[in-house]
Amino acid sequence: MLFVLVGISATVFLIFFATPGADPAARIAGRNATPETVAAVRKEFGLDKPLPVQYAMMMDHLLVTQDLTSFVNRGEKIVPEIVEAAPVTLSLVLGAAVIWVVFGVVVGLVAAAFKDTLIDRGLMVGSLIGVSMPVFWLGEVVNLLTQSRLHGTFFFAWVPALGYVPLRQSPLGWFAALVLPWITLAVLYIGIYGRVLRANLIEALNEDYIRTARAKGLSDWQVLTRHALRCSLISFVTMFGLDFGALVGGGALLTEVVFGLQGVGALTYRALEDLDLPMIMATVIYASFFVVVSNAAVDILYAAIDPRVRER
Amino acid sequence: MSGDRPGSIEAGPILEVRDLAVSFRTERGLVRAVDGVSLTLGEREILSIVGESGSGKTLTVLAVMGLIRDPNAIVEGSIRFRGRELVGLPDGEMRRVRGGAIAMIFQNPMTALTPVYAIGRQIAEQVRAHRPLSRRAAARRAIELIEAVGIPNPAGAAQRFPHELSGGMRQRAVIAMALSCDPALLLADEPTTALDVTVQAQILDLVRKLRADFGSSVILITHNMGVVAEIADRVAVMYAGRIVERAETAALFREPRHPYTLGLLGSIPPLEGARPRRLPAIPGTPPSPFAIPEGCPFGPRCRWREAACAVRPELVAEGGHETACILTKEARAAARAQSLAVTAGAA
Repeated sequence: MLFVLVGISATVFLIFFATPGADPAARIAGRNATPETVAAVRKEFGLDKPLPVQYAMMMDHLLVTQDLTSFVNRGEKIVPEIVEAAPVTLSLVLGAAVIWVVFGVVVGLVAAAFKDTLIDRGLMVGSLIGVSMPVFWLGEVVNLLTQSRLHGTFFFAWVPALGYVPLRQSPLGWFAALVLPWITLAVLYIGIYGRVLRANLIEALNEDYIRTARAKGLSDWQVLTRHALRCSLISFVTMFGLDFGALVGGGALLTEVVFGLQGVGALTYRALEDLDLPMIMATVIYASFFVVVSNAAVDILYAAIDPRVRER
Repeated sequence: MSGDRPGSIEAGPILEVRDLAVSFRTERGLVRAVDGVSLTLGEREILSIVGESGSGKTLTVLAVMGLIRDPNAIVEGSIRFRGRELVGLPDGEMRRVRGGAIAMIFQNPMTALTPVYAIGRQIAEQVRAHRPLSRRAAARRAIELIEAVGIPNPAGAAQRFPHELSGGMRQRAVIAMALSCDPALLLADEPTTALDVTVQAQILDLVRKLRADFGSSVILITHNMGVVAEIADRVAVMYAGRIVERAETAALFREPRHPYTLGLLGSIPPLEGARPRRLPAIPGTPPSPFAIPEGCPFGPRCRWREAACAVRPELVAEGGHETACILTKEARAAARAQSLAVTAGAA
């Protein structure tokens, strides 16, 4: 795991220095700086040292002394920024994950149960639409409707202004501020997960053990939920591990930016815009940490779902 | 039916199948996979259905279970279980019968159990589907059943997952599951085919014990004539979706009448005499259900075909032994002698 993290951070570091026009010294020194100033800045920030040394220095500042500062906004400390942004992202992604898992399972089960009927077709068309809608567009439409066009109506009068309300400050406000971003983010995943689960269920329903289960006198719904579902969850859980890790690590940046949530994704977005290496490094390492952790969690979940995995 | 043994007539048949037909709507038209099968099964009787793959034997028992779920399948005819009509029974009521009074054992024990649940739990699930037992009582019953089918250390075995058990043990678990609600009728679809020979014998013992202990009737599908000789009271031979010969087991082995049955029996290695260099096989292949010949379906593969075979022969009883073939008694005897000569002559 450590190896993965080091590999990712080193790669990002090298890519950054290979990017043309990204010379941090020039950017720190400002637009009209003289060559002397640039040289001075380069020396001051240690940018004239060999790359491995620079990498080690940056890691030291980031992880050990935790006083790494931004290249763009001087004096802005990276680590506290991320610590502050993390709960926002976590709230957003956790809520969305609950919604998409519940609805993804429901969509998959119902579509598989009513395979080849209008219900199935309707659900599949619906989820295809969900998958096709870009989240930034959907987010803007939601904002347009709930913040301006329909904000005066009874339905959306409760919608607070964009932004995040900490859970400790007001649980209700936290919920109200996040429920629309949750749904917006979840729509895409409900579509994907519903379709994948349906396909897996239909495949599982052709297995011999399903016929055994039917021969036992179980109802179709019992067969579907007890026997087919459990055996179809492997790819569902795999996908969930990857998606959840990536989103907690800042992958929900479009949703965060559209809804004005100052989360890790929004930080990443800003850092990329400004080519702010320390911030990029910090968010990338943070993100890869969650991807790695949630994949480890998935491996443990496998064993819980499928006894055949346990002994190996 | 005249073929029933006297005892079973008094008790009344447990299962009566009349003119069962299973057809499938396909792009190439309606296909009849089972075509006018009639069966009667008495209490405590073991009936064996034999035939090649695709002869409709599995579909026949699946129809009894109400497990033909293909939306393009049409099941016609009548299936009466203890006088109650099962064809067209609403699924909710059929479910109460299925797994309760009628249970089924499937061919491949390696895939017939849900891989993610311990076998005790799977057995208890069936018990609870039919009986108002608590979780704990059902689990106890599952352990009793596991013990009854001869799995060592039943309490421990109940906690094992299917992949931790051998094929024979899995088939025992499947049988334990089928027995969980004391079925009056057990349908076994090639229960020994996927197992090795010693395990086969144990499983057959188990089926016999089942009849002795629970008084169940059994329909056993197989293509293994050895299994038939071992266990069945009566045999029905199926070919291309219909029954072509039916008799008590001893009578069928002593005096097979249909050329197809002759072929089946001829392809068993003889126990005595010289070893044949090559076992005789029935020439040709079974007809595709899309192109079942007019007249006798076995006609194209039959050595004794005559002009009269262009008309489909009916199943005719003769002293409790039914055959769907036009051959006369003398012609049959000649065919039998000829067939045996081939087996012997191949030596």
